[in-house]
Amino acid sequence: MDTRNAVKDFIIRNFLFGDESGLTSDSVSLLDSGIMDSIGVMELVSFLEIDMKLEVPDTDLVPENLDSVDNLVGYINRRQETRP
Amino acid sequence: MIGVIRHRGPDEFGAWRNDRVFLGHARLQIIDPQGGGQPLACAEGRCHITYNGEIFNYIELTRQLADLGHVFRTQSDTEVVVRAYLEWGPRCVDHFNGQFAFALWDDRKQSLFLARDRFGICPLFVTVQGDTLLFASEIKSLKAYPGAVVELDAAAFAEVLTYWANPAPGTVFKNVYQLPPGHIATTGAAQRHRDNPGGLPACLDAVRYWSPSFLPAESDHRQLTAKERARMAGGLREKLENAVSIRLRADVPVGTYLSGGLDSSVVTALAARHHAGDLRAFGLGFADTDFDERSWQQMMSEHVSADLDTVVVGEADLAEGFGAVPWHAESPLPRSAPTPLLALSRHVHDNNFKVVLTGEGADEVLVGYNLFREVKVRHFWSRQPDSLRRPRLLTRLYPHTEKPPLDFLRRFYGKDLDKLDEPLSSHRPRWRNTSAAGFLCPEALESLAAAGVEQRIEDDLPAEFQSWSPISRAQYLEMTLFMSGYLLSSQGDRMLMANSVEGRFPFLDHELVEFAAGIPTAVKLQSLVEKAALKSAVKDLVPAAILDRPKYPFRAPGNKVFLTPAGEGLVTENLLEDGAGWDLWQRSKVTALVDKWRSDRLASARDDLSFLTVLSGRILQADFGQKFEQRVAVLALQPEQIMWRTD
Repeated sequence: MDTRNAVKDFIIRNFLFGDESGLTSDSVSLLDSGIMDSIGVMELVSFLEIDMKLEVPDTDLVPENLDSVDNLVGYINRRQETRP
Repeated sequence: MIGVIRHRGPDEFGAWRNDRVFLGHARLQIIDPQGGGQPLACAEGRCHITYNGEIFNYIELTRQLADLGHVFRTQSDTEVVVRAYLEWGPRCVDHFNGQFAFALWDDRKQSLFLARDRFGICPLFVTVQGDTLLFASEIKSLKAYPGAVVELDAAAFAEVLTYWANPAPGTVFKNVYQLPPGHIATTGAAQRHRDNPGGLPACLDAVRYWSPSFLPAESDHRQLTAKERARMAGGLREKLENAVSIRLRADVPVGTYLSGGLDSSVVTALAARHHAGDLRAFGLGFADTDFDERSWQQMMSEHVSADLDTVVVGEADLAEGFGAVPWHAESPLPRSAPTPLLALSRHVHDNNFKVVLTGEGADEVLVGYNLFREVKVRHFWSRQPDSLRRPRLLTRLYPHTEKPPLDFLRRFYGKDLDKLDEPLSSHRPRWRNTSAAGFLCPEALESLAAAGVEQRIEDDLPAEFQSWSPISRAQYLEMTLFMSGYLLSSQGDRMLMANSVEGRFPFLDHELVEFAAGIPTAVKLQSLVEKAALKSAVKDLVPAAILDRPKYPFRAPGNKVFLTPAGEGLVTENLLEDGAGWDLWQRSKVTALVDKWRSDRLASARDDLSFLTVLSGRILQADFGQKFEQRVAVLALQPEQIMWRTD
């Protein structure tokens, strides 16, 4: 599964309990649309750390990295490129 | 109908009827055990009453009414209600300091008069079946009436899953309504009042006689001198002392609930002053140390020489007990807290206590919740929306362990920062954040949208609402929606009365509430210090450690307790097995929720809430569906158990 599909699959499974129609586009804000609450970001970070095997420093915990499928895919790609 | 709610009053069952009306009663004997039997008639035979609750100022009212020429046959507060009605008519309720729900048949007017206390402490439900108006303290009693059709309502279900309660007069059942708190209603009125709340049966003419009111914003903002502040603290203390004192009136022993927090500690300290070292304080302990507050209870009980009596609940108790809660609450539940409260009231009952005082209401009346601090920070921030420093205050709203990253808090609470003047702005983040309605079928969600709940809430607000400060507006919404609709019922009356225990709430004494409403908000929420006015009024009553303890909301372990065998059984039966009522839900989503729970990943509060709400909703469907007849059959009274009143 490619990164984009893995991210979408996680969001649909974890936050939408399988309801694909809840994710209307890859650019929609997960917070503004109510898909994820402010605590839900912890689960998202766990997904990045455990499933995607990334290290996520505190300074990266900003909406620009994590608040939509597009932002997440971009962030994961950037992190994977810089991984030693 | 009486037998089904025998838990509310197992001491005596009474009935009275004429050719138009039937009154029934299940009595919990607290005041005048011999003389206070019900339904009670006045000496003239004009009025008959069935009444639940207490009028705490009944002694003063008895004197006042005796001076006006009334003669009393009993020592009970029930008779005071009847004589007060004869003297003052329906507005007798203005004279009552108490918690009550009653129905009074006025033979002269050929009219039934219904009344409910100011905050909705005592429940009162009505339904029209055919040409008959039915009323009762619990919905199960209405459903037990022969031939009555009382079914769950999909839209009302969605309403609870979003707003945690049905705004009055709604309930989660079709065609069943609650008389809203602070309302009276009569049948047979020639003309209906203009502010008759929508939704109640047309045969009832209802009018609001009381609702919370606050200072206009300009008075609320005024600066107080140190002397004025001291005077307000003194006044608040006086109200509180009186509120506790009159709530100790009973012909049976009265105990307190002691959680270890400030509010119940204050109530326990004041109640202890009326006891000679023999006050019994009941506390809850949790085997899970994250939730356990026993050391604080111990500290407080020793401080006032009260006798601490603790019941400790473990995970298996919580899982098993949860199954019994929806039957009593008659609503889906977003929290696990009612379960231990049910265990606590059982313990109180087993120790032969019928009455407890608790600290309920202090957070709403004296500004204790995080929600109010959130409102303050958002308004402060909205005046400089580009400020980087101001939203940093948001991190102070969360306990350390649950603190989300600041940028996300900023994003979450920064939404609609320019719309804070909208009436419901204080509560929208919560409603947006915690709705579990997405697990219901699309039709239920469509009905919810069509019902325009938020518009109905707005339409029902008092005319002066927008003139109040933002925090006062949030207090009003919290008191009228969440406190009345959830806290006082699902965590209050229902969990207490399930075991024949009456709860009394000094912080909801209306004279105290009216006094507190006159204290400027900045004195109640000083900077971000919650309940500052209360703390200043009671600092001599509780140890400094409890006074300075950060707000610790009463919580119980959530979804994890269902990983026990008892919990697994409950989950399997209600969330996985085939059965009736699945058409209300999106079953695949419920299954996915259970899968997520099994994989031990229900870490967020929202998932926890969804799990509890869906599980309790399914249990409720079964209890009021296929299991109802069986449950009711064992509760029915034998004819010889009912005392027929003929006077």
